[in-house]
Parts: sequence; structure tokens; C-alpha cells
Amino acid sequence: MIAALPRELLASLREALATLGRYAFFLLRLLAATPRGLLRFGLVVQQVHNAGALSLVIIMLSGLFVGMVLGLQGFDLLQRFGSEESLGVAVALGLLKELGPVVTALLFAGRAGTALASELGLMRATDQLAAMEMMAVDPVRRVVLPRFLGSVISMPLLAAIFSLIGLFGAQLIGVQLMGVDAGQFWSQMKGAVELDDVMEGVIKSGVFGVACGLVAVYEGYHSVPTAEGVGRATTRTVVISSVLVLLLDYMLTAVML
Amino acid sequence: MRQTRAIELGTGLFVLLGFAALFFLVTQVTSRQFGIGDGGYRLVASFEQVGGLKPGAPVSMSGVNVGRVESIEYDFKEYRARVTLRIGSAYDRIPDDSDAGILTAGLLGGQYVGIGPGASETFFRDGDQIQFTQSAIVLENLISKFLFSKASEQPAAATREESNR
Repeated sequence: MIAALPRELLASLREALATLGRYAFFLLRLLAATPRGLLRFGLVVQQVHNAGALSLVIIMLSGLFVGMVLGLQGFDLLQRFGSEESLGVAVALGLLKELGPVVTALLFAGRAGTALASELGLMRATDQLAAMEMMAVDPVRRVVLPRFLGSVISMPLLAAIFSLIGLFGAQLIGVQLMGVDAGQFWSQMKGAVELDDVMEGVIKSGVFGVACGLVAVYEGYHSVPTAEGVGRATTRTVVISSVLVLLLDYMLTAVML
Repeated sequence: MRQTRAIELGTGLFVLLGFAALFFLVTQVTSRQFGIGDGGYRLVASFEQVGGLKPGAPVSMSGVNVGRVESIEYDFKEYRARVTLRIGSAYDRIPDDSDAGILTAGLLGGQYVGIGPGASETFFRDGDQIQFTQSAIVLENLISKFLFSKASEQPAAATREESNR
């Protein structure tokens, strides 16, 4: 039994590596098909609608509350140093560089990623994907790719909306409720926030869009074609996307800081 | 047909909203000003010490923002810092004997270049060098100077006290 342990460990390690490899191949396959996939504009638009436009309400609501909490916490913290005018800077940088992209990606994985995975899993379970292959339609190009592109396009836009709403939420708490000077709030923010900071958020959310989209379509497309398999694919989507987003966030921050 | 139209409309609205948010973040939250970056003209000033001045810092006259710092380099001929300023084209009547200094906004604020107008009848043109410059004040140097002068005062005061006794 003890002798078998390393072998089992090795086997699971090999399996993990193989999964990583399959992910990479799937990503390459999607990227290779992207130029032609973009030409089928209607399909992509529909998926931007499903992934992006339908996530708008949850993103805006969360953004508002995250911004309000940041305003409250930031005010409390900065007040101790007597520099509550810097609230705008703190909130803007926090939202643009970290919270906007990350929280949006986590919500996106929960809201749109699960929908994608279960949809594709159900298509697999009900043999719709096999039927397409029978008709010589490549399901990756026809079904998977538009969904992937939909989330890649939606994520940066959702993150930008999140950050903006959050900023107004913080302004609502900081300026209206706590009495920070509105002019100081905005002018200090303008003075301290650079274009690079905004771009960092955009790049991050773009990468998260690729990650979340890839995980959702991969798990859904390769799910075991049973009711249980679809459920597991959905769960795996949330777990893998969330961990991947946080991991990538650290790496991107370390590179771009 | 009706349904796809609604989807397209919703998607269009979403994309528009997203780009509007992005545009707002870029233009309103950062201090980036479009227009000044390309237009206007350049002035050069060399400083003994630029302190914490960074490219992109504002250039102001009497508190009015007239341009930005374009680049900061080290000049090995003069062994001084060489700062290139880009001034907006609307501010083309700065006397050519004006002086430039590196100032600090508030006690802990960022540093900026302040231009004080001279009395000359002729104006700066593209590529001109500002002759009169005042370096950034480095707080540490100021404090050490202050302490040093205090310390050299101390023995004198001590001997005076002794002689009084």
C-alpha cells in the first residue's frame, strides 16, 4: 500500500499534466478558428448578448455595493491618517487594477460560465454535438467558438462598467454621506491615476475573459454525457475558473506592477 | 425575427455602455488630456536636481495648467538633468526670459514645473531652452542643513551660558 502511494501520486500528477495539455490544445484550436469565427458575426453577437448583456444587472449591482464598501472602509482607514481626501485615489486604483477585473471575472464564472458549461454539456448528453458532426458541421466552430469569443469580448466591457459603477458608489458614500470634498475626491484621483492603470485593468480582464471562457467551453464540451456529468462539469467550471482567475491575477500583477 | 432584433439591440446597448464606461475611465479618471500630446511646442530646461518629477507631470503658470513634462534625461555634457516640456499651442506668448522651477503641490503632493513669466518682449519658440531654472527642493537636504546649522549654534550658546555664570 505504501509502495503504491507514489505510483498513485505519479498517476494523478500525470493526469493533471495531461489535462493541462488538453486545455492548451483546445485553446490553440479555438484561436486558430477565431479569424473565421469572427466572420460569423450573428453567432458571436448572440453570445455576447447571452454572456455579457444578461450579466449586466448582477455586475452593476455588485459594482455599486463593492464601491460603496470601498468608500466606507477607505474613509475609515484614511481618516486615521487625516487624509480622507485621498479616498478617490484609493478607490479608483483599487477598482481599476484589482477589484474590477477580479470580482467581475468571479461573478462572470458563476453567472455565465456555468450557463455555458451546462448548455454545452446538455448538448453533448442529448447527442446534438454528435448530430452536427454527422452533418459535417464542426461543432467547435459552430457552437463552441462563438461562446468563447462572446465571453472574451464581454469581460473587459463588464469590468469597465463594474469599475465605473463602483467609483460612483464610492463617491456616493464618501462625498454625499461622509462629507469628503467632491473636488478633492475627483482632482486627486485625476492626478494620481495614469492611463497605464486603466490599461492594466483592461489587460487583466481580457486575460480573465479568455480563461473563464476557455474553462467553461472546455468543461462543457468534454463533459461526461450524463445528468451527473453535466452537473460535475458545471461545478468544475466554477472551481477551476475561480482558482485560475486568482492565480493569473497574482501573476499579471507581479508582471505589470 | 423580432426576437433576434431584440437580442441585437440589447447587445448593441451593452457594447455601447461598455465602451462608454471605458472612455469615461480613460478620459475622466486619469489626467490624460488629448490634444496637448501632439500639438503645442517643446521647451527644454536643465536642472541641478529634479527630485521626484516624473514625465506627465503638469507644467503650470500661476496655477494654470499650460502643458506637461514630456521627458526627463540625464545630460552628460552639462552633468545636469534635462527636462523637456510640451506647452499647449494656446500658450505661445511666454517671454523668453521666463524662469522655471520644480515645485511641490501641497506638503505631500506630486511635483510639477512652475513657469514664472519674465519681462522680455520676445517669446519662446519651439525647441528653446529656459535659461533660469530653480531645482527641486529635497526635503532631506533641507532638514540636514537645518540640523547642521542648529548643531553649530549649540556650542556657541553653551559657551555664552558658561561665561555668564
